[in-house]
Amino acid sequence: MLAELRDVSFAYPASAERRERPFALSGLTLEIAPGEIVGVIGPNSSGKTTLIRLLTRVLEPEAGEVRLDGVPVRRMSRAELARRVAVVPQGTVPQFPFTVGELVLMGRYPHDPGRYFESARDHAVAREAMEATGVRELADLPLEHLSGGERQRAVIAKALAQEPRLLVLDEPTAHLDLRYQVEAATLLRRLNRERGMGILLVSHDLNLAAEVCDRLLLLRGGRAAALGAPEAVLDPALLAAVYGCEVVVDKSETTRRPVVRLTWKEVRDTR
Amino acid sequence: MLSVLTAALVVAVVASLFLGSAHLSPSAVVSALSGRAAPESIERVVTLSIRLPRIAAAVLAGGALAVAGVAFQALTRNPLAEPSVLGISAGAAFGVVIGQSFGLGMTLREALGLTAFAFAGALLAAGAVYVIAAFGRGLSIQTLLLAGVIVGIFFSSAITVVISLLDFNRLGGVVHWLLGNLAPIPSGALALFACLAAVGFALVVTHARELNLMALGEESLQQLGVAADRLKLTIFLAAALLTASVVAFVGPIGFVGLIVPHVLRILLGSDNRLLVPAALVGGGIFLLFADTVARSIVAPAELSVGVITSFFGAPFFIYLLRTRYRPNL
Repeated sequence: MLAELRDVSFAYPASAERRERPFALSGLTLEIAPGEIVGVIGPNSSGKTTLIRLLTRVLEPEAGEVRLDGVPVRRMSRAELARRVAVVPQGTVPQFPFTVGELVLMGRYPHDPGRYFESARDHAVAREAMEATGVRELADLPLEHLSGGERQRAVIAKALAQEPRLLVLDEPTAHLDLRYQVEAATLLRRLNRERGMGILLVSHDLNLAAEVCDRLLLLRGGRAAALGAPEAVLDPALLAAVYGCEVVVDKSETTRRPVVRLTWKEVRDTR
Repeated sequence: MLSVLTAALVVAVVASLFLGSAHLSPSAVVSALSGRAAPESIERVVTLSIRLPRIAAAVLAGGALAVAGVAFQALTRNPLAEPSVLGISAGAAFGVVIGQSFGLGMTLREALGLTAFAFAGALLAAGAVYVIAAFGRGLSIQTLLLAGVIVGIFFSSAITVVISLLDFNRLGGVVHWLLGNLAPIPSGALALFACLAAVGFALVVTHARELNLMALGEESLQQLGVAADRLKLTIFLAAALLTASVVAFVGPIGFVGLIVPHVLRILLGSDNRLLVPAALVGGGIFLLFADTVARSIVAPAELSVGVITSFFGAPFFIYLLRTRYRPNL
C-alpha cells in the first residue's frame, strides 16, 4: 500500500472555550494504492484537514498507525516523509515576494537538506514541474502578481518538484472560478495518468471529487460514513443524512460520473 | 551583487579612515596605517586608536543588527519585525543597565558579563512579546508590532527607574550609551563583540535555506522536511544573541534591521541565502554612513548614531506600514 491509516484516532487539546475534547478523527481506516486517486469529502469540521496533518506527521495519532509504503511515519525522518508525500495547502501566500521559480525550487529541499544552493538536477526537476502545470513562463514573476488559478498551479508545481509518490491537495478549488475547476480536474487526472502518482484530494466540492476520484471517503464527525466508488458513496439519502439538506444525484452526460445538485426545497418552502 | 556590496563596504571603510574632525592629511593616515608614524604621534593615535576601532564597531554592529532583522522577519513572517520594533533591544538594554549598576564595564571579562545580562534581557523581552502576541502562530502583523511596542515601552520605563537609582556621576555615560554610541571600545572587548556576532551570523546563514521555507507557514515547513521547532529556537537564539551583543557594546541602535533588509530585498529579492550575507555587509555600510553623519552634522560636537538611524528609520517604518503591507495580506 502506498499509504494507509489504520484505526487512527486523534483529538485536539482542550481549549478554554471547549472543555471536552471531541475526537477530530476516531477509528479511521483508509488505504491508498499506488496510482490511485482517493477523494475525502464531508461537512466542515468533519476531520478532513486533520487527516492530512496525521498523514504528514504534523500531528501524531493518539491511537492507531499511519504507514507509507508499509513503514510507520513515526519512524521516518521528516525529509524522508517529504520525499514521499507532497501537500498543496489551502491558499499559500508568503509575506515575502518570492518568485514562482523560487517557490518551486523550495520543493527540492527534502531531496538534499544539507545543500546551500540547489543542484543542476534540482533546477531541471523544477523546470519540468513548472512545464507540467503551465507556469514555466511565469517563473520570474513574484507570486503576488499572479491570479488565483496561476498561483495554485505554481504551488502544485512546487509539490511536483518534491517528486512525491502521493500528492495531497487541500481544497484546491476553494475561491476559484468555474473554468479553474475544469483546469484543476484535467491537471490532476493527467498527472495521475502520466506519472502514476497517487492523489489524495480533500474537497468541499462533491462534483470535482466525483469527477476526478477512483474512490471517495465520506467523513462525518471524524468517522467514515462511507468509503467506496463515487457512485456508491454519493447516495442521495446518505448525503441528506450527513449534510442535513436534500440533494439529487444525476449522471454527467459527458463523463457518466455522478453529479450532485441541491434541490433547494428548503428555500422554496420560504416563498 | 554581493561582491559589489563588499567593494562598497571597503570603500566606505577606507573613506571613513580618512574623514574626521581631526583633519589629518591623507598621507598622515597612510603613514599611521603602515606603521611609519611615530608611536605617540597624533596621526597614529587618531587613526589607530580612535578611527579604526570606531569603524570596526560600526561595521560589526550594523551587520549584526541587519542580520538579526532578517532573522526576526523570517521567524515572525513579518517584514516589519526588527530588534528595536519588537522591543527586544529595549529588553537587552535593560539587562545592560542592570549589569552596569553592578559596576560592569568594558574589560574583557566584564564585557562578557554585560553581554550575558543583555542576552537575558533580550530573552525576557522576546518571551514577553511571545506571550502577548503568541507569535509563530501566524498572528496578524499589527498584534505582533503592538506587543513589541508595549514591551519596548515597559523596558524603557524600567531602565529609567534603574537610572534614577544610579549614582549621579555615572548618569551621563549611560544616557549617551542608551542612544547608541560608537565611541571606541577596548580591543579585547571589540574582539569579543566580533566573536559573538560571528556566532550569531553563522547560525543564521547556515539555516538560510530553511528560512525561505519558513515563509510558507509552519505546517508547510514541516511538510517539506524541516524540524520546525528546533529551527525556530535556533534562529530565535541567534537573533537574540546578535541583538544582545550589539546592545551590550554600542547600545540599542534602532531601525537598522528594518531599513537595510528592506532595501536589499528590492535589489536582491527575497532569497535569504543572498539576503543574510548581504545584510551583514549592507548593515555595516549603513551604520558607517550613519555614524559619519552623526559625527559631522553638528561638528565639532557629535550626535549619537542611534539618533540618526531613528531619524531615517521612523519615517521609513511609517512609509512601509502605509504603502507596502496591508493588514489582510
